[in-house]
Amino acid sequence: MSLKIRHLLGLEGVSADDIRLILDTAVSFKEVLARKIPKVPTLRGTTVVNLFYEPSTRTRLSFELAEKRLSADTVNFSTSGSSVVKGESLKDTVWNIEAMKIDIIVIRHSASGAPHYLATCCRSTVINAGDGSHEHPTQGLLDMFTMREKYGRLEGLKVVIVGDIKHSRVARSNIWGLLTMGAEVAVCGPPTLLPVEIEKFGVRVYDDLDEALRGADIVNILRLQKERQKAGLLPSLREYSHYYGITRARLDLLNDNFTIMHPGPMNRGIEISSEVAEGPYSVILPQVTNGVAVRMAVLYLLSGGKGKVDEE
Amino acid sequence: MKNDMVLDGGKVVDPATGYFGPATVFISDGKIERIEKHKKSRTAGADVIRLDGMIVCPGFIDMHVHLREPGNEDEETIISGCEAAAAGGFTSIACMPNTDPPLDNAGAIEYINNRALMAPIKVYPVGAITVGRKGETMTEMMEMSACGAVAFSDDGSGVQNNDLMRRALEYSRTCGVPIISHCEYADLAASGVMNEGFISTRLGMRGIPAIAEELMVAREIMLASLTQGKVHIAHVSTAGSVELIRKVKKAKIQITAEATPHHFSLTDELIKSFDTNLKVNPPLRSQKDVEAVIKGLADGTIDCIASDHAPHSVEEKELEFDYAPFGMIGLETAVGLAITRLIHKKNLTWIETVEKMSTAPARILDIAGGTLNEGEPADITVIDPDLQWTVNPGEFKSLSRNTPFAGWKLKGKAVMTIVDGNVVYSSL
Repeated sequence: MSLKIRHLLGLEGVSADDIRLILDTAVSFKEVLARKIPKVPTLRGTTVVNLFYEPSTRTRLSFELAEKRLSADTVNFSTSGSSVVKGESLKDTVWNIEAMKIDIIVIRHSASGAPHYLATCCRSTVINAGDGSHEHPTQGLLDMFTMREKYGRLEGLKVVIVGDIKHSRVARSNIWGLLTMGAEVAVCGPPTLLPVEIEKFGVRVYDDLDEALRGADIVNILRLQKERQKAGLLPSLREYSHYYGITRARLDLLNDNFTIMHPGPMNRGIEISSEVAEGPYSVILPQVTNGVAVRMAVLYLLSGGKGKVDEE
Repeated sequence: MKNDMVLDGGKVVDPATGYFGPATVFISDGKIERIEKHKKSRTAGADVIRLDGMIVCPGFIDMHVHLREPGNEDEETIISGCEAAAAGGFTSIACMPNTDPPLDNAGAIEYINNRALMAPIKVYPVGAITVGRKGETMTEMMEMSACGAVAFSDDGSGVQNNDLMRRALEYSRTCGVPIISHCEYADLAASGVMNEGFISTRLGMRGIPAIAEELMVAREIMLASLTQGKVHIAHVSTAGSVELIRKVKKAKIQITAEATPHHFSLTDELIKSFDTNLKVNPPLRSQKDVEAVIKGLADGTIDCIASDHAPHSVEEKELEFDYAPFGMIGLETAVGLAITRLIHKKNLTWIETVEKMSTAPARILDIAGGTLNEGEPADITVIDPDLQWTVNPGEFKSLSRNTPFAGWKLKGKAVMTIVDGNVVYSSL
């Protein structure tokens, strides 16, 4: 089995077969990560460029680790101190990098669609590491991996995504992936943070948190950017935290064996209480561990790898 | 006599008289000498141009064109824009003042007039409403009008200040020319890059809601009623705007409106491709809006069709969607799109379409043309109604290539453009 997609630009339109193949392959890589020497020679000779036009710590670290664990050669490029400041276009930047013979570009960009545009004007394989408010497909995949690891399935799971849906690429990738895999998805947030016509995705929409949480299996809590309050979308962080923050008391509304997730970085005391973040039902740290395995699987499969992980 | 010419064998459309049938057009000294209506053409002679199977229309007028001179002559000059207009079937255009520097004083209007002397078609400058198009201080409208400004507009952005718009409408009464309003409240548009709707939600792009346009359309309607100034609503893009204008047309408040070919041909759904040539302001809207615009054209709510030709260089457009400027070119596709999507799809008749591309803009701007009446300037557009062609931007006369219609197959094209009795373009 190999992937049908050539780039990973988003989870919209990616088939259930492709998603399953990535998640299955990630299981093997997670096993690799547990070894004494957590490294395989799979991508030896492959060069990956991490092109980060937006600050990021964990996603970049996670990709870099995934690349190194696969023995790929990696180079990093970020806006500060780069040619971008001098006004070079994305196309020229990438053509220059490609002229140095590279294979894969991992791109993070604040403009929605930048990875898609890139894929039309370069020869390399493009992996979207987050574009604007559009998609963050590897986050969507690692979230699904983490859910599947705990429940053994995705089909029929009831997932609620809470918070700033409007500006969240994590929400969009989760929605597309989970719906493709047969989960039930609901979104919840104040109306000013719910994008228009979101119900057309095929999700349930709530502005009342308690209603949204009732009977759910999984709560995926989004980070609230404090700028949203300054932009006039919220009266105060205090009120947001009161009505949309996930606290211990609210967990009673959930199904037994519920799970709390957060893509990080967390604002403790705003969208999530410390007690919830550190509870036994929280898989926030396993999400981070799984992120490396899932990104290894994506890099490997997009490099032409097939189902079973090569061993030397 | 100079410029003598006979156009024979075609069908003549003249919305001013309501005639649509076979006729021979006699041109003398740059003017329409006479029209002979008959069943069978029989004119012969050296000056006769055979137009069998063609449609002969009063010259098309595009009242919303952006020439980039002065300021961005790499994107379009007055001459290149006029050559593109001639090739697209237009005998007159009105050019918008958002040049660099903007057309906000009589000297700038004179500059356009002088540069346009060498152009193949007629150019009517539109002056800015406010100095520097900053939305703060009114321009010297009377002097600009005396120099030939046919309208005033801050097109590219709406006039945000309500009191200033009121005063501009009052003051413009002295010139009797319309204020062309680009209806968009910047605070509601909120730096959006495309229509706010399911597609913007899906793509994670900042949306420009319909209300940003509609609220200002409502304001212009109320201010027009208050001030008795003439308001023309540029590029109507939403179903709500069409409905607002429809209501006041019934109430007989003096207000006119235009729609662009892209707003009756394209929807926001296409932006899934992230093609920056689809980034325009006002943005491409939903299917429901497209249908409403077509209905508005058909029932007379929207008076005319204008291209909003907005040239941009390849370098400016080959960017991430967020960073690319708004605008697409339209002079060389407008007629083909109007015939293909309005006439051949039976939304509008020939008379209605020609009215919207010639007679109505002439009336709104109070300029010559718009009819083939005896004694009028011989400004004529000849259409081959059934010519099948494929849009190839490489062949455009425009200096810019930013069109999303490349590769589109259209039916119907302007094949000859005549200005004051001179053939300025012909593919026959």
